[in-house]
Amino acid sequence: MSHTVGHEETHGGGTGEIKKVTIILSVLTIIELVLGFWMIGMESEGLRLAIKGAIIILMLAKAFYIVGYFMHLKHEIKNLIMTIVVPLALFIWFIIAFLSDGNSFRNLRNTYDPYFKEQSTIKVEKKEHGGSHGAAAGAHADTTQHETKEAVETKH
Amino acid sequence: MATTTTATTTKLWGGGKSPFNVEYGKLMMWYFLMSDAFTFGAFLISYGTIRFSTNGWPDPNEVFKSFPFAPEGVNAPLVFVSIMTFILIISSVTMVLAVHAGHNMDKKGVVKNLIWTIIGGLAFLGCQAWEWTHLHHEGAWWGSNPFLNADGTASSTNFTNYFFTITGFHGFHVFSGVIINIVMLIMTLMDKFEQRGHYLMIEKAGLYWHFVDLVWVFVFTCFYLV
Repeated sequence: MSHTVGHEETHGGGTGEIKKVTIILSVLTIIELVLGFWMIGMESEGLRLAIKGAIIILMLAKAFYIVGYFMHLKHEIKNLIMTIVVPLALFIWFIIAFLSDGNSFRNLRNTYDPYFKEQSTIKVEKKEHGGSHGAAAGAHADTTQHETKEAVETKH
Repeated sequence: MATTTTATTTKLWGGGKSPFNVEYGKLMMWYFLMSDAFTFGAFLISYGTIRFSTNGWPDPNEVFKSFPFAPEGVNAPLVFVSIMTFILIISSVTMVLAVHAGHNMDKKGVVKNLIWTIIGGLAFLGCQAWEWTHLHHEGAWWGSNPFLNADGTASSTNFTNYFFTITGFHGFHVFSGVIINIVMLIMTLMDKFEQRGHYLMIEKAGLYWHFVDLVWVFVFTCFYLV
Protein backbone atom coordinates (compact mmCIF):
# COMPACT_ATOMS: atom_id res chain seq x y z
CA MET A 1 0.00 0.00 0.00
CA SER A 2 0.98 3.59 -0.28
CA HIS A 3 2.21 3.48 3.28
CA THR A 4 4.86 0.94 2.41
CA VAL A 5 5.77 2.97 -0.67
CA GLY A 6 6.35 5.93 1.62
CA HIS A 7 8.66 3.92 3.80
CA GLU A 8 10.69 2.54 0.95
CA GLU A 9 11.47 6.09 -0.09
CA THR A 10 13.22 6.93 3.14
CA HIS A 11 16.43 5.25 2.02
CA GLY A 12 19.38 7.48 2.64
CA GLY A 13 17.42 10.19 4.48
CA GLY A 14 17.95 10.92 8.12
CA THR A 15 18.71 13.91 10.29
CA GLY A 16 22.44 13.53 9.78
CA GLU A 17 22.07 14.13 6.07
CA ILE A 18 19.71 17.06 6.65
CA LYS A 19 22.26 18.69 8.93
CA LYS A 20 25.07 18.09 6.46
CA VAL A 21 23.13 19.58 3.55
CA THR A 22 22.03 22.56 5.66
CA ILE A 23 25.65 23.32 6.47
CA ILE A 24 26.69 22.90 2.83
CA LEU A 25 23.93 25.24 1.62
CA SER A 26 24.81 27.86 4.23
CA VAL A 27 28.50 27.71 3.41
CA LEU A 28 27.81 27.99 -0.34
CA THR A 29 25.55 30.99 0.28
CA ILE A 30 28.18 32.65 2.45
CA ILE A 31 30.83 32.12 -0.24
CA GLU A 32 28.45 33.63 -2.80
CA LEU A 33 27.91 36.65 -0.57
CA VAL A 34 31.63 37.06 0.06
CA LEU A 35 32.24 37.01 -3.70
CA GLY A 36 29.37 39.48 -4.13
CA PHE A 37 30.89 41.89 -1.60
CA TRP A 38 34.32 41.50 -3.13
CA MET A 39 32.89 42.47 -6.51
CA ILE A 40 31.55 45.84 -5.27
CA GLY A 41 33.49 48.65 -6.85
CA MET A 42 35.86 46.29 -8.64
CA GLU A 43 37.45 47.81 -11.70
CA SER A 44 38.81 44.82 -13.62
CA GLU A 45 36.13 43.66 -16.02
CA GLY A 46 37.78 40.27 -16.56
CA LEU A 47 37.95 39.45 -12.86
CA ARG A 48 34.33 40.53 -12.42
CA LEU A 49 33.31 38.14 -15.16
CA ALA A 50 35.29 35.31 -13.55
CA ILE A 51 33.61 35.95 -10.18
CA LYS A 52 30.21 36.00 -11.84
CA GLY A 53 31.00 32.62 -13.38
CA ALA A 54 32.05 31.27 -9.99
CA ILE A 55 28.81 32.55 -8.44
CA ILE A 56 26.77 30.80 -11.13
CA ILE A 57 28.62 27.52 -10.49
CA LEU A 58 27.91 27.89 -6.76
CA MET A 59 24.26 28.59 -7.64
CA LEU A 60 24.06 25.33 -9.61
CA ALA A 61 25.69 23.46 -6.72
CA LYS A 62 23.06 24.85 -4.36
CA ALA A 63 20.32 23.82 -6.79
CA PHE A 64 21.79 20.31 -6.88
CA TYR A 65 21.78 19.98 -3.10
CA ILE A 66 18.22 21.33 -2.76
CA VAL A 67 16.78 19.10 -5.49
CA GLY A 68 18.91 16.06 -4.68
CA TYR A 69 18.61 15.95 -0.90
CA PHE A 70 15.82 18.27 0.28
CA MET A 71 13.50 17.23 -2.53
CA HIS A 72 14.85 13.72 -2.17
CA LEU A 73 15.35 13.20 -5.90
CA LYS A 74 18.75 11.61 -5.43
CA HIS A 75 17.18 8.76 -3.49
CA GLU A 76 14.43 8.08 -6.04
CA ILE A 77 14.48 5.45 -8.77
CA LYS A 78 16.79 6.33 -11.62
CA ASN A 79 13.89 6.32 -14.11
CA LEU A 80 12.15 9.05 -12.12
CA ILE A 81 15.37 11.07 -11.93
CA MET A 82 15.74 10.81 -15.71
CA THR A 83 12.11 11.75 -16.31
CA ILE A 84 12.61 14.97 -14.38
CA VAL A 85 16.17 15.89 -15.29
CA VAL A 86 16.40 15.02 -19.00
CA PRO A 87 13.67 17.47 -20.14
CA LEU A 88 15.43 20.19 -18.15
CA ALA A 89 18.47 19.68 -20.37
CA LEU A 90 16.56 21.80 -22.88
CA PHE A 91 17.63 24.75 -20.75
CA ILE A 92 21.22 24.28 -21.91
CA TRP A 93 20.15 25.04 -25.43
CA PHE A 94 17.71 27.76 -24.35
CA ILE A 95 20.40 29.64 -22.46
CA ILE A 96 23.01 29.40 -25.20
CA ALA A 97 20.57 30.28 -27.99
CA PHE A 98 18.77 33.17 -26.31
CA LEU A 99 21.75 34.83 -24.68
CA SER A 100 23.79 34.75 -27.87
CA ASP A 101 20.74 36.11 -29.69
CA GLY A 102 20.57 38.97 -27.19
CA ASN A 103 24.28 39.59 -27.61
CA SER A 104 24.00 39.61 -31.38
CA PHE A 105 21.06 42.03 -31.21
CA ARG A 106 23.16 44.41 -29.11
CA ASN A 107 26.03 44.23 -31.61
CA LEU A 108 23.67 44.88 -34.52
CA ARG A 109 22.12 47.86 -32.77
CA ASN A 110 25.50 49.29 -31.86
CA THR A 111 26.54 48.97 -35.51
CA TYR A 112 23.41 50.16 -37.27
CA ASP A 113 21.53 52.29 -34.73
CA PRO A 114 23.55 55.42 -33.98
CA TYR A 115 20.94 56.68 -31.50
CA PHE A 116 21.20 53.49 -29.47
CA LYS A 117 24.98 53.68 -29.50
CA GLU A 118 24.98 57.38 -28.61
CA GLN A 119 22.60 56.88 -25.70
CA SER A 120 24.90 54.40 -24.05
CA THR A 121 27.77 56.87 -24.00
CA ILE A 122 25.99 59.92 -22.58
CA LYS A 123 26.04 60.24 -18.84
CA VAL A 124 22.86 61.63 -17.28
CA GLU A 125 22.18 63.27 -13.93
CA LYS A 126 20.81 61.12 -11.15
CA LYS A 127 17.08 61.77 -11.04
CA GLU A 128 15.44 63.35 -7.99
CA HIS A 129 14.19 61.00 -5.30
CA GLY A 130 10.64 60.95 -3.96
CA GLY A 131 8.86 60.77 -7.30
CA SER A 132 6.80 57.84 -6.08
CA HIS A 133 4.31 57.98 -8.92
CA GLY A 134 4.68 56.34 -12.24
CA ALA A 135 3.62 59.50 -14.04
CA ALA A 136 6.37 61.60 -12.46
CA ALA A 137 9.01 59.02 -13.22
CA GLY A 138 7.68 58.71 -16.75
CA ALA A 139 8.08 62.45 -17.22
CA HIS A 140 11.64 62.15 -16.00
CA ALA A 141 12.30 59.46 -18.54
CA ASP A 142 10.88 61.71 -21.25
CA THR A 143 13.20 64.57 -20.34
CA THR A 144 16.25 62.33 -20.36
CA GLN A 145 15.30 61.04 -23.75
CA HIS A 146 14.81 64.60 -24.94
CA GLU A 147 18.17 65.67 -23.58
CA THR A 148 19.88 62.77 -25.25
CA LYS A 149 18.26 63.59 -28.57
CA GLU A 150 19.46 67.19 -28.30
CA ALA A 151 22.91 65.96 -27.48
CA VAL A 152 22.86 63.80 -30.56
CA GLU A 153 21.72 66.74 -32.70
CA THR A 154 24.41 69.07 -31.39
CA LYS A 155 27.01 66.48 -32.19
CA HIS A 156 25.96 66.29 -35.80
CA MET B 1 18.09 -1.16 -10.26
CA ALA B 2 17.67 -4.39 -8.34
CA THR B 3 15.98 -2.68 -5.43
CA THR B 4 13.55 -0.84 -7.62
CA THR B 5 11.85 -3.53 -9.66
CA THR B 6 9.62 -4.69 -6.82
CA ALA B 7 6.94 -2.05 -7.28
CA THR B 8 3.97 -2.36 -5.03
CA THR B 9 0.42 -1.99 -6.35
CA THR B 10 -1.50 0.93 -4.86
CA LYS B 11 -5.04 2.19 -5.10
CA LEU B 12 -3.80 5.39 -6.70
CA TRP B 13 -1.79 4.24 -9.69
CA GLY B 14 -4.14 3.25 -12.50
CA GLY B 15 -1.56 1.28 -14.39
CA GLY B 16 -1.55 -1.49 -11.84
CA LYS B 17 2.16 -1.07 -11.25
CA SER B 18 4.00 1.88 -9.81
CA PRO B 19 6.89 2.27 -12.23
CA PHE B 20 8.67 4.96 -10.26
CA ASN B 21 7.89 3.52 -6.85
CA VAL B 22 6.34 6.81 -5.78
CA GLU B 23 2.80 7.72 -5.01
CA TYR B 24 0.68 9.12 -7.86
CA GLY B 25 0.24 12.53 -6.24
CA LYS B 26 3.95 12.91 -5.63
CA LEU B 27 4.80 12.06 -9.23
CA MET B 28 2.26 14.59 -10.45
CA MET B 29 3.76 17.19 -8.10
CA TRP B 30 7.13 16.52 -9.73
CA TYR B 31 5.62 17.03 -13.17
CA PHE B 32 3.95 20.23 -12.07
CA LEU B 33 7.22 21.50 -10.62
CA MET B 34 9.00 20.65 -13.85
CA SER B 35 6.51 22.72 -15.83
CA ASP B 36 6.88 25.50 -13.27
CA ALA B 37 10.63 25.31 -13.68
CA PHE B 38 10.13 25.99 -17.37
CA THR B 39 7.99 29.01 -16.56
CA PHE B 40 10.61 30.51 -14.29
CA GLY B 41 13.36 29.47 -16.65
CA ALA B 42 11.62 31.28 -19.49
CA PHE B 43 11.32 34.41 -17.34
CA LEU B 44 14.95 34.36 -16.29
CA ILE B 45 16.30 33.56 -19.76
CA SER B 46 14.19 36.37 -21.21
CA TYR B 47 15.66 38.67 -18.56
CA GLY B 48 19.15 37.51 -19.51
CA THR B 49 18.47 38.02 -23.20
CA ILE B 50 17.30 41.59 -22.67
CA ARG B 51 20.26 42.26 -20.44
CA PHE B 52 22.66 40.94 -23.07
CA SER B 53 21.02 43.07 -25.76
CA THR B 54 21.51 46.30 -23.76
CA ASN B 55 24.71 48.25 -23.38
CA GLY B 56 24.29 49.27 -19.75
CA TRP B 57 22.49 47.88 -16.74
CA PRO B 58 21.92 49.22 -13.20
CA ASP B 59 24.32 48.07 -10.51
CA PRO B 60 22.38 45.88 -8.03
CA ASN B 61 24.62 47.11 -5.22
CA GLU B 62 23.40 50.64 -5.92
CA VAL B 63 19.73 49.69 -6.25
CA PHE B 64 19.38 47.28 -3.33
CA LYS B 65 21.48 49.03 -0.74
CA SER B 66 18.88 50.00 1.84
CA PHE B 67 17.84 48.29 5.03
CA PRO B 68 14.65 48.57 7.14
CA PHE B 69 14.75 51.15 9.96
CA ALA B 70 18.15 52.30 8.78
CA PRO B 71 18.61 56.03 8.13
CA GLU B 72 18.00 57.37 4.63
CA GLY B 73 20.97 56.96 2.33
CA VAL B 74 22.46 54.01 4.21
CA ASN B 75 24.84 51.95 2.09
CA ALA B 76 24.29 48.28 2.92
CA PRO B 77 24.31 46.34 -0.34
CA LEU B 78 23.46 42.62 -0.21
CA VAL B 79 22.74 42.68 3.52
CA PHE B 80 18.96 42.65 3.41
CA VAL B 81 18.71 40.17 0.57
CA SER B 82 21.12 37.78 2.29
CA ILE B 83 18.81 37.80 5.31
CA MET B 84 15.91 36.96 2.99
CA THR B 85 17.95 34.12 1.47
CA PHE B 86 18.80 32.64 4.84
CA ILE B 87 15.17 32.88 5.99
CA LEU B 88 14.13 30.81 2.99
CA ILE B 89 16.94 28.25 3.41
CA ILE B 90 16.11 27.78 7.10
CA SER B 91 12.40 27.41 6.33
CA SER B 92 13.35 24.79 3.75
CA VAL B 93 15.29 22.92 6.43
CA THR B 94 12.36 22.99 8.86
CA MET B 95 10.18 21.68 6.03
CA VAL B 96 12.55 18.72 5.52
CA LEU B 97 12.38 18.09 9.25
CA ALA B 98 8.57 18.14 9.08
CA VAL B 99 8.62 15.59 6.25
CA HIS B 100 11.09 13.52 8.23
CA ALA B 101 8.89 13.63 11.32
CA GLY B 102 5.97 12.59 9.11
CA HIS B 103 7.88 9.48 8.04
CA ASN B 104 8.28 8.54 11.68
CA MET B 105 4.56 9.24 12.33
CA ASP B 106 5.65 11.91 14.82
CA LYS B 107 2.69 14.29 14.86
CA LYS B 108 4.23 16.71 17.36
CA GLY B 109 7.36 17.02 15.25
CA VAL B 110 5.32 17.67 12.11
CA VAL B 111 3.26 20.38 13.82
CA LYS B 112 6.31 22.09 15.32
CA ASN B 113 8.32 22.14 12.10
CA LEU B 114 5.37 23.15 9.95
CA ILE B 115 4.75 26.13 12.23
CA TRP B 116 8.40 27.16 11.87
CA THR B 117 8.15 26.78 8.10
CA ILE B 118 5.04 28.96 7.99
CA ILE B 119 6.73 31.58 10.14
CA GLY B 120 9.74 31.54 7.81
CA GLY B 121 7.51 31.94 4.77
CA LEU B 122 5.64 34.84 6.33
CA ALA B 123 8.93 36.48 7.35
CA PHE B 124 10.18 36.21 3.77
CA LEU B 125 6.95 37.70 2.44
CA GLY B 126 7.26 40.51 4.97
CA CYS B 127 10.81 41.25 3.79
CA GLN B 128 9.71 41.27 0.19
CA ALA B 129 6.76 43.54 0.97
CA TRP B 130 9.14 45.98 2.65
CA GLU B 131 11.55 45.90 -0.27
CA TRP B 132 8.83 46.46 -2.85
CA THR B 133 7.38 49.35 -0.80
CA HIS B 134 10.81 50.90 -0.44
CA LEU B 135 11.57 50.61 -4.17
CA HIS B 136 8.14 52.00 -5.00
CA HIS B 137 8.85 55.05 -2.82
CA GLU B 138 12.09 55.55 -4.72
CA GLY B 139 10.01 55.71 -7.90
CA ALA B 140 10.60 52.20 -9.18
CA TRP B 141 7.64 50.27 -10.50
CA TRP B 142 6.53 48.55 -13.68
CA GLY B 143 7.19 51.11 -16.39
CA SER B 144 9.29 53.48 -14.32
CA ASN B 145 12.93 53.19 -13.45
CA PRO B 146 14.58 55.90 -11.35
CA PHE B 147 17.98 54.17 -11.35
CA LEU B 148 20.87 54.83 -13.69
CA ASN B 149 23.08 52.27 -15.35
CA ALA B 150 26.28 51.32 -13.56
CA ASP B 151 28.25 53.56 -15.97
CA GLY B 152 26.02 56.59 -15.32
CA THR B 153 24.02 56.43 -18.55
CA ALA B 154 20.23 56.42 -18.75
CA SER B 155 18.64 53.09 -17.96
CA SER B 156 15.55 51.61 -19.54
CA THR B 157 12.51 50.34 -17.69
CA ASN B 158 13.42 46.75 -18.59
CA PHE B 159 15.27 46.48 -15.31
CA THR B 160 12.31 47.30 -13.07
CA ASN B 161 9.82 45.45 -15.28
CA TYR B 162 11.76 42.23 -15.00
CA PHE B 163 12.57 42.72 -11.35
CA PHE B 164 8.97 43.24 -10.28
CA THR B 165 7.55 40.58 -12.59
CA ILE B 166 9.95 37.83 -11.57
CA THR B 167 10.21 38.58 -7.84
CA GLY B 168 6.44 39.10 -7.86
CA PHE B 169 5.85 35.75 -9.49
CA HIS B 170 8.19 34.14 -7.00
CA GLY B 171 6.56 35.97 -4.10
CA PHE B 172 3.19 34.68 -5.26
CA HIS B 173 4.61 31.16 -5.14
CA VAL B 174 5.84 31.77 -1.60
CA PHE B 175 2.40 33.05 -0.70
CA SER B 176 0.64 29.99 -2.11
CA GLY B 177 3.25 27.77 -0.42
CA VAL B 178 2.43 29.37 2.93
CA ILE B 179 -1.30 28.76 2.29
CA ILE B 180 -0.59 25.11 1.42
CA ASN B 181 1.50 24.72 4.57
CA ILE B 182 -1.25 26.25 6.69
CA VAL B 183 -3.73 23.76 5.18
CA MET B 184 -1.27 20.96 5.97
CA LEU B 185 -0.95 22.21 9.54
CA ILE B 186 -4.74 22.28 10.00
CA MET B 187 -5.04 18.78 8.51
CA THR B 188 -2.31 17.51 10.84
CA LEU B 189 -3.99 19.08 13.86
CA MET B 190 -7.29 17.47 12.80
CA ASP B 191 -5.49 14.07 12.80
CA LYS B 192 -6.30 13.54 9.11
CA PHE B 193 -2.91 11.95 8.44
CA GLU B 194 -3.03 9.80 11.57
CA GLN B 195 -6.31 8.38 10.27
CA ARG B 196 -4.80 7.77 6.82
CA GLY B 197 -1.84 6.06 8.37
CA HIS B 198 0.74 8.14 6.53
CA TYR B 199 1.98 11.70 6.13
CA LEU B 200 2.67 11.57 2.38
CA MET B 201 0.68 14.78 1.85
CA ILE B 202 3.32 16.68 3.85
CA GLU B 203 5.90 15.38 1.40
CA LYS B 204 4.06 16.87 -1.58
CA ALA B 205 3.71 20.20 0.19
CA GLY B 206 7.39 19.89 1.05
CA LEU B 207 8.34 19.39 -2.60
CA TYR B 208 6.49 22.58 -3.51
CA TRP B 209 8.11 24.51 -0.69
CA HIS B 210 11.61 23.38 -1.65
CA PHE B 211 10.92 24.37 -5.22
CA VAL B 212 10.10 27.88 -4.01
CA ASP B 213 13.46 27.93 -2.24
CA LEU B 214 15.14 26.58 -5.37
CA VAL B 215 13.68 29.34 -7.54
CA TRP B 216 14.86 31.93 -5.05
CA VAL B 217 18.42 30.60 -5.40
CA PHE B 218 18.22 31.49 -9.09
CA VAL B 219 16.36 34.78 -8.66
CA PHE B 220 18.77 35.88 -5.92
CA THR B 221 21.78 35.13 -8.10
CA CYS B 222 20.41 36.68 -11.29
CA PHE B 223 19.10 39.91 -9.78
CA TYR B 224 21.23 40.66 -6.75
CA LEU B 225 24.63 39.06 -7.33
CA VAL B 226 25.60 39.03 -11.01
